[in-house]
Amino acid sequence: MFEEGSVINELLIERLNYFIYVVLLMIGLHAMISKRNLIKKLIGMSIFQTAIILFYVSIGVKDEATIPIYKANHDPHGSHVEHGEANGLTGGVLYGPKALKKEEVQEYANPLPHVLMLTAIVVGVATLGLALALCQRIYQGYGTIEEDELLVKIERADARKSLSPIENSKTSSSRKSASQKPGLTKVSSVMKSSISTNPSVTKSKKAVTHKKQPKGKK
Amino acid sequence: MKFVSMLPVVAVGGILLLAAKDFPAWGDPQSPASSSPVSSHFIGSTGVDTEVPNMVTAVLADYRGFDTMFETVVVFIAGIAVLAILGGAGKRRASKRVHEVEAEPDLIVTNTARLIVPVIQIFAFYVLAHGHVSPGGGFQGGVVMGASFILIGLSWDLETALARFSIQRCMAVAAGGIVIYGGIGLLSMFLGGEFLDYAELESILPVSREMARYHAMLGVEIGVGFTVTAIMFALYANLSTAGRLKGGL
Repeated sequence: MFEEGSVINELLIERLNYFIYVVLLMIGLHAMISKRNLIKKLIGMSIFQTAIILFYVSIGVKDEATIPIYKANHDPHGSHVEHGEANGLTGGVLYGPKALKKEEVQEYANPLPHVLMLTAIVVGVATLGLALALCQRIYQGYGTIEEDELLVKIERADARKSLSPIENSKTSSSRKSASQKPGLTKVSSVMKSSISTNPSVTKSKKAVTHKKQPKGKK
Repeated sequence: MKFVSMLPVVAVGGILLLAAKDFPAWGDPQSPASSSPVSSHFIGSTGVDTEVPNMVTAVLADYRGFDTMFETVVVFIAGIAVLAILGGAGKRRASKRVHEVEAEPDLIVTNTARLIVPVIQIFAFYVLAHGHVSPGGGFQGGVVMGASFILIGLSWDLETALARFSIQRCMAVAAGGIVIYGGIGLLSMFLGGEFLDYAELESILPVSREMARYHAMLGVEIGVGFTVTAIMFALYANLSTAGRLKGGL
């Protein structure tokens, strides 16, 4: 099964890093596409991101190379005591900075993927924080972070808005907080009251919304 | 629905696995990434150009300084956006949470945190200041520093942490970090070079052109560290309380 040249051997032993990255990427993509919960989608996004980071870092690996930090004998400010004694000098020799030769370059791993992934990780944290904040705001407004329930609620809010614009503008002027999204706040406050009073109501609603879901998608 | 979503996932995975055959083998020194002239140039002449032993820091803060500057701006904007999204929520919906319990901070936990927080913060300064010669730098040091404030917020409560590092101060420190970064860039521009061309700072620093780049990198990393520290804590404070900034976890 693991003999030379077989597909499994190639995938699981020779190219294990690529295999893991593809599997992680598929898990993340699947979570982002099929999960209805926004938080689960975000988890999928993070897994996807991790896959890309793993891909880049595994490309930066170089055989018989060390981390991209100069060793003592290449250090621009380094001194090497043994070397100095060999030359008949005492107290070590300070090396000035000098450009590395081609075979010396092979001693260090590629710094570029590490720099790019450092950037990607930091930006990933920033975007994840922003996305979580959006999820919390959506939950405050609609009382749910399930995508299908959200779609139904948004549709209902839109329908109400298009039915009676006059009544809506009245309510919005009477409410300070509703001035930005007149339709949404009204509906969401109704929703919230029903949800907060009885958790079983949401469950039954969920069952209903599942049936309605294809309509909402169209 | 679930089954349909598997189709693109499997298709993408299959294509990528097929493509994996053409990717370089594990650790191949001749792989395109490792043998490219850019990476060879970074490895070969970082020492001559900047005298910084840690090539990752040199590439991050000097060769790709523009990228890092706007990356810091991205972190800052994310912090501002989280404040803007969750900021107004606290006043409207106060005292909504039902599962909150009033509890004294645990004695063992707080005393452990009291001992460990100064060590974490000193370590953060070490990681920040030693980023040139060892793994580390502004982002890493900033995250460790931010973690120390988050630890205070976790072990006491968020008010205790906010009394030490309020959100207003967070934003001021974060903006200050970007001002430090951009200021060093502008300074090198006014001294006759290009934006973020640190070598021009030699005329105001008593060092050579290479060492001017070395020290400017430290300044830039300190700016990055400020921003990341403040934004990490601001993100935690806002997200853990849904913008109310009290109670917390």
